[in-house]
Formats: sequence, structure tokens, C-alpha cells
Amino acid sequence: MNTSVSLSLRDVHLAFGRHQVLRGVDLDVASGGTACVIGPSGSGKSTLLRTVNRLLEPDRGDVLLDGRSVLRDDPDALRQRIGMVFQQFNLFPHMSVLRNLTLPLRRIRKLDEDEAVAQARAELDRVGLAAKADARPAHLSGGQQQRVAIARALAMQPQVMLFDEATSALDPELVKGVLALMAELSTQGMTMVVVTHEMGFARQVADTVAFMDAGVVLEAGDPAAVFESPQHPRLRRFLSQVL
Amino acid sequence: MDPLRTLWETFFDGESMREALPEMLTVGLPNTLILAVTAALLGSALGIVLAVAGISRTRWLRWPARVYTDIFRGLPAAATILLIGVGLAPLGMQVWGPNPYPLGILALSLIASAYLGEIFRSGIQSVEATQLEAARALGFSWREAMRRVIIPQGIRRILPAWVNQLIALIKDSSLVYFLGLLASQRELFRIGQDYAANTGNQSALLLAGLFYLALTVPLTHVVNWIDRRLRHGRPAAGLTDDPDDLDLALPGAAGGNQR
Repeated sequence: MNTSVSLSLRDVHLAFGRHQVLRGVDLDVASGGTACVIGPSGSGKSTLLRTVNRLLEPDRGDVLLDGRSVLRDDPDALRQRIGMVFQQFNLFPHMSVLRNLTLPLRRIRKLDEDEAVAQARAELDRVGLAAKADARPAHLSGGQQQRVAIARALAMQPQVMLFDEATSALDPELVKGVLALMAELSTQGMTMVVVTHEMGFARQVADTVAFMDAGVVLEAGDPAAVFESPQHPRLRRFLSQVL
Repeated sequence: MDPLRTLWETFFDGESMREALPEMLTVGLPNTLILAVTAALLGSALGIVLAVAGISRTRWLRWPARVYTDIFRGLPAAATILLIGVGLAPLGMQVWGPNPYPLGILALSLIASAYLGEIFRSGIQSVEATQLEAARALGFSWREAMRRVIIPQGIRRILPAWVNQLIALIKDSSLVYFLGLLASQRELFRIGQDYAANTGNQSALLLAGLFYLALTVPLTHVVNWIDRRLRHGRPAAGLTDDPDDLDLALPGAAGGNQR
């Protein structure tokens, strides 16, 4: 795996038209650390995640990797350094599982076919799905599809991984496998930002938990502090409803 | 003579059909296929350009694509073929000499591209926006994401509509007879019509009609077959091209095993 980097968001603002979605977000993730972002729907969590790899460009504020602003980098080059996993998996349905991995390896990392296949198979093996290499995504369960999506992102050897409610679309019995894989990745020292409703995961895996509401981080800290002694009344109310 | 018998012989005179058959097979059929297939390919290439221009964020691409589509979809095929075939004939004369055939193909292609552009555009727009997002998140440029991820999915979905357009082209190719083709360039309809005009018997024209049906009816069934396959997906068998990798699979599997 590539060496991880630290990630910082500074005063990130973003509006869709007149609707202010992010209103000055700060977040710090140490190199190799895992930050979980929790909060009610519509609080701007997924939008925030998309400013990190600039699928959305912040109106104001800064995004830093290892202390260096990335807002002037080539977005395509930046996104090679940042893997992203989506709620709906977003595998490419018209190609095999293997090709989902080899296509970006060949076209973006410019590996030759043999290298790409070897790397893709290694990543599929790592998520326990080497046997599914030749299947179409539609023939896999949701949990398997999400693990393939994680493998596809990891194959690009990113320095940061973003997870956007990666288990929200899964049947309950499939959630565990995906969370276990994410926890394993965290243990191996990948810098991760995880938007999640899985409070148990946040408590056990995160180094930092950030609670977002209405476009700002209202409270952030280590999981024990956030879950055991929440300060902000909004966070207390949120936790009383989800726990 | 018995009027019913007269009627029968007007349309189903075996002698007239036999007479026309060799030329239909060796001249008419190849020409119809060349006209339709070439126009389908050229029309598709231009149609893709129109589709991508049509969804562009740049007004100066979107707008001309819109106008072009409106014009060539809105004009009768016969008018377009005449306008192009006759109007551009002086130009064609300088490029390839006195030959209306390429202009016929051009006119058919321009007509087809207007329809195909709309079909491709709807196909591309039917692909979920999340697919583009996922491709961009991996580091694909917009252009590469369209080319590798979005367009291939869009095309698959509109394959039935594409074959329908090919059917329309096979029929419309008969209209190039306006342009005064050489004997060796005549397509099915023109040959049928020539025999019918010479003999006053319509059987050769009916034979041409049977040729068209022999081409178009199977194609409509191809459309239905593609449609069914797209709906239900192809069978899982045949996807595995490398049985060896089953050995690699199970040992060392990380994460929770499902199923």
C-alpha cells in the first residue's frame, strides 16, 4: 500500500444555488487515521466527502493533503490518490468484476494487461472474491458488490479512502462483512473518512468522530468523548435517537 | 378472362418473377444492403457526435445539434434525398464524377443521423449519473468516462431502437431511385419497378416487396430478441473464460465470507 497522508479540511463552504449546504467545515484526519462523520440526513456529510476529491468544488475554504492544498491540482490526478466507495456501489454493470478493476488500472495507471490482471486478482483475493472475477456485478449480492467496489478503489493504491454510507444500501446480514473489511483497512493504516450511520463501527474503529448538522461540524473528538459525554445538545438529541 | 385470374396474374405471375429474380439477387439485394448498412454506419458515427453535442454544457454545441436534428427529422426523406442528391451533384461531379450513388448514401446517412442522434442521446441520458460520478472518482477524465463507461451502457440500452432505424433505412434506401442510378447501381425497388414498367405486370415489384420483407421481418424479431435479452440479462454461463481462477479463489479470503 502507498504511504498514507494526513487530510485537513479548512472552513469549507459550498452552496447549491442559494442553499448553503456546507457552512464552514473543519476536519482533521491524521495520516493513517480514521474519521467517522455522523449526523442526520441532509446535514451535508456526503457533500463534504465530495469536496475532498473535488467531485464538488468548495466555494471557499481549503482541502489539504499532508498540509498542502489540493485545490489547484489536476482533479483527475488528485482523484487517483483518493479512493471513494459509494452507497449504491456503482460498479460498472456492463463489464465483468475483473474488468471493473482492470479498466481503471489500464487506462488511468497505465499498467499493461498482465500487470493489471495480476493486481486486480490480488485485490479481489484480499476482499475474498477472487472466485467472482468473471461474474457480472448484477450476479453478486449487495455485500459482494460493495467489497468489489472497495477492491476497485484499493487497486488504484490510494492514499486516502472515502466511504459514503457504504453499508446503508445493504441487507442487514451483509453489513458485517463490509464493515469488517473497512475495519481491517483502518487497522492497516489507511487514512479514511467514513460517513456512516453505523454507530458501533464509529465507536470501535474511528480515531475521530465528527458530528455534523446543518452544514457545520458541531462537535468532534475521540469516540469515547463524543459517545459517552456529548457536549452539544443537538448531538445529545441525535444520539438519543440513534442509539 | 376471369377477373380474379387477371388480378392473380398481375401480382403473382411466376414467369415475371423468375425473369426478375436473377437481377434482384445479384444487383438489387447487394445495392440495397450497401445503401442501408453504409448509411447506418455513417449515420451512427454522426449520430454519436450529435448526441454528445446535444448534452454538452456548451450552448454552441448543443444548439447546432438541435437545429440539425429538427431539420433532418422534420423534412420528408424524399425531399432530403432530392435536395442532397441533386443539389450537391455539381460538387460530387468534381469529387467522384457523375455518380449519384455516394450522394444517395450521404442523404440517407444525414437522415439516419438525426434519428440516431436522438436515440443515442436518450440512451446516454438513461445511464445513472452515479456511474459518471464513480468513473470520475476513480480518476477518469470526463471524455474517458463517457467513452468507457457511459456510452457503452447507453448504446446497449438503445440497441433495439438502433435496429429499428436500420429497418427504416432498408425501406428508405428505395428512395434513392430518384437520383437516376446506373443499371448496376439499382436497388431492389428500382429493379422491380423497371420490370413492372416494361411488362405492365406488377409481379416483379411484388417480388421486390418480398425481398424487403425477408430483410425487415427477421430484423424485427432480432429487435425483440435483443429486447428480451436486455430485460432478463444473459445467462450466467459463458461468462467464465478462465476456469483456472476458481483454484485461486477460496484460500486466503479476507473479510467475512458471504454465501
